[in-house]
Amino acid sequence: MAPLIRFTSKGIYCPQADVYIDPWKSVDKALITHAHADHARRGHKGYLCHHHSINILKYRLGNINVQGIEYEKTININGVTISFHPAGHVVGSAQIKLQNNKESWVISGDYKIENDNLSVPFQPVTCDYFITESTFGLPVFQWEDQRVVMDKINKWWSHNKEQKVPSLISAYSLGKAQRLIQNVDHSIGPVLCHPAIANTNEAIIASGIKMKESHPIGDNYNNTEALFICPPAAIDSLSKKLGKSSVAIASGWMALRGARRRRNVEHGFVLSDHADWAGLNQAIRDTGAQKVYVTHGYSDIFSKWLNEKGIPSQTVETAFEGEKMVETEEV
Amino acid sequence: MKQFSTLFQAIESTTSSNAKISAIVNYFEQAQDLDKLWCIAIFSHKRPKRSVTTTLLRTWAAELADIPQWLFEETYHIVGDLAETISKVTPANKNKESKTLSDWIQYIIDLKELAEEEKKEKILYAWSALNSDERFLFNKLITGGFRMGVAQKTIVKALSRLLGQEENVIAHKLMGNWTPQNISYQELLLTEDQKHNLSKPYPFYLAYALDSDLQNLGAPDDWFAEYKWDGIRGQIIKRDSHIYVWSRGEELVTHQYPEFDALIDIPDDFVIDGEVLVIKEEKIASFNALQKRIGRKAVSKKMRTEYPVKMMVYDLLELNNADIRDQQQQKRRLLLEKLFLGISSEMPLRLSPLVSFSTWEELHDIRNNIRKKDAEGLMLKRKTGPYKTGRKKGDWYKWKVDPMTIDAVMIYAQRGHGRRANLFTDFTFALKDGDRLVPFAKAYSGLTDIEFREVSQFVRKNTLEKFGPVSSVRPELVFEVAFEGIAESKRHKSGIALRFPRIKRWRKDKPVSEINTLDDIKKFLSSD
Ligand SMILES: [Zn+2]
Ligand SMILES: [Zn+2]
Repeated sequence: MAPLIRFTSKGIYCPQADVYIDPWKSVDKALITHAHADHARRGHKGYLCHHHSINILKYRLGNINVQGIEYEKTININGVTISFHPAGHVVGSAQIKLQNNKESWVISGDYKIENDNLSVPFQPVTCDYFITESTFGLPVFQWEDQRVVMDKINKWWSHNKEQKVPSLISAYSLGKAQRLIQNVDHSIGPVLCHPAIANTNEAIIASGIKMKESHPIGDNYNNTEALFICPPAAIDSLSKKLGKSSVAIASGWMALRGARRRRNVEHGFVLSDHADWAGLNQAIRDTGAQKVYVTHGYSDIFSKWLNEKGIPSQTVETAFEGEKMVETEEV
Repeated sequence: MKQFSTLFQAIESTTSSNAKISAIVNYFEQAQDLDKLWCIAIFSHKRPKRSVTTTLLRTWAAELADIPQWLFEETYHIVGDLAETISKVTPANKNKESKTLSDWIQYIIDLKELAEEEKKEKILYAWSALNSDERFLFNKLITGGFRMGVAQKTIVKALSRLLGQEENVIAHKLMGNWTPQNISYQELLLTEDQKHNLSKPYPFYLAYALDSDLQNLGAPDDWFAEYKWDGIRGQIIKRDSHIYVWSRGEELVTHQYPEFDALIDIPDDFVIDGEVLVIKEEKIASFNALQKRIGRKAVSKKMRTEYPVKMMVYDLLELNNADIRDQQQQKRRLLLEKLFLGISSEMPLRLSPLVSFSTWEELHDIRNNIRKKDAEGLMLKRKTGPYKTGRKKGDWYKWKVDPMTIDAVMIYAQRGHGRRANLFTDFTFALKDGDRLVPFAKAYSGLTDIEFREVSQFVRKNTLEKFGPVSSVRPELVFEVAFEGIAESKRHKSGIALRFPRIKRWRKDKPVSEINTLDDIKKFLSSD
């Protein structure tokens, strides 16, 4: 009997419903877990995503044919029941469940366990087959509480304010940036965002989500009380414009001293929108899956570990690129 | 340990050397003498003798973290640092300990005599009593290889500010083979009489690479030119009938070069600076010959006859107990030449000759013909300059012969360690030999971060086979590889070995069909 899900050269495919999940080549029907570039690509005829992702997708991909769906709502295509479930990764991120009368699959996309106070928190979904990411699938990755990390960021920001130097922090424009906006202490000073982030914020707010106050940078380069948030790619040019500033990076990779030193950053805050080692293990146990497919990260190592723990597992080659090397853009 | 950990975090979270200096001064104002002393020792790369093997540490860490050994090893490979890996996989601390830096070091020293089971118990206790940052430092103290991101200059400046002593004086005091076990903080830094330590060397003066036109140096007449010898920098001390030989890495290597014992017969006392070379029948042998002598503890008679070392001397720092580093280069040179009048040619010392020239153009020509002279290039020294401490601009410049280069294709890539844990950074290059590709060099540095990413992406998409961390890659990317020297080698498939190979640039303009051949590179052998 043909399995419900196949791994093809275009991406993860469900033949019975004729839909692809996060495909990397052009297809007719694409189900999108979330709006990050390595999951939501240009060129599909039709997109289906969580309705909070619609505006962001349109902002990023232009005028596409996209439909939205609520979490937990089901649709049925040719005997396959499809539903989206919160992944807690970024706003609108979803795990996608596909089920027929024989078996059920959950494609988790990217996920994190901790509540970031903006995206709907991760919920475990039981299934027979679970496809998991493993971006931080090594036992050295153990995240501290978000509150602890935010305390550190607030302290750094306040200290800079006292020293009269602007605080500049690099954070991915969808996810990390909003998480900072939601969780830093706004009594310290204003939060100013790079245009790429400000536009993403607008797309999110237009979807009916409330966010704490932030402003586009404009030409506000002299504000030493502000927290400037900008995407990793723009950090050099913005820091030049700011003159003397304190530069920080918020990323899971900052857990590694080597990664901090390589980027020559003075302040690396360990903050990730992916699950840490314990989180991945917990999530996988909670699905009750009889088999786990591992992608997107240290997949060989993590899969071997699961097998030893008695959870049958294998790696899936995907065209996800750069997940290990793009230290600050864990998308 | 808390104070020391705070110091470490402060140093790690700034790139400004002023902020680092303040952090160190701050620590020294609070810490006890013994902690200060150990802190200086650690900055100077001195550490207690290893009392536990890393194999045991790895086993215990995996056990405590409740993960299989292979997973620990894989993780370690990716993180690239054992101390860090252990500190991060082991659980959060549950005990509290108020031991200071030196207490913990004593704790580590005391492990030496214990049985394995007792060692284990002590180590596991320490891990459970320290937080993750402190655990990292504790592990570093055991395993060594501490790189605190602090240059010797920085610690010297901090101590100078703290104690109100000249930087030169501090730098000198910190030299030599003291350890916190044989000297006190008082003796090391607060007494003026340093003569109790006969073997104490002076900090080396290091030259900057010449980075502008010779014209900018001013009048040619203000400068000495010498050959830049391709050997091992060294300092020989003769004081009170004792001979000490120091390497630039502040290592006492007297026993590796017994030739210099003969200097005891020279009537004057002195400290000289120069380059150790293999010189046989007044001919300088290649660096390869010298390599046979480097690091050897026991030197056989045969070794000494086949690869006899001498020092090519170019500076005099101390003469009959007088420190003359403040005197002008030309004055020191004069004294050095005078000293050499009384040194017979039987002695393993040679005076590094001055290269005479009257115009910068002339010097250009000299440098262009230099390879035959067995030198790496020229040194330029200002006649009126003093002998400075460390790498300082202004008075000493090295002017190297341009390196040799060759175009080659990348065939293997290896994931980086530590600071480049997530990139492919180590590459193996091949040259054409008929229609075969023959690997001939491994190189690391030389690409920008953006290029590294681009290359890493290529590697990921074009991996043919994986052997552990190494991927064999479709041979498509062409690079210009530069190197400083080349020698025949039976051990290598290519038949050659290179010195200091590195990536000069990525030749995106060149197809693989146009890379060089093995024969091309062998042509350099004769010209070398
Ligand atoms: Zn992703
Ligand atoms: Zn993502």
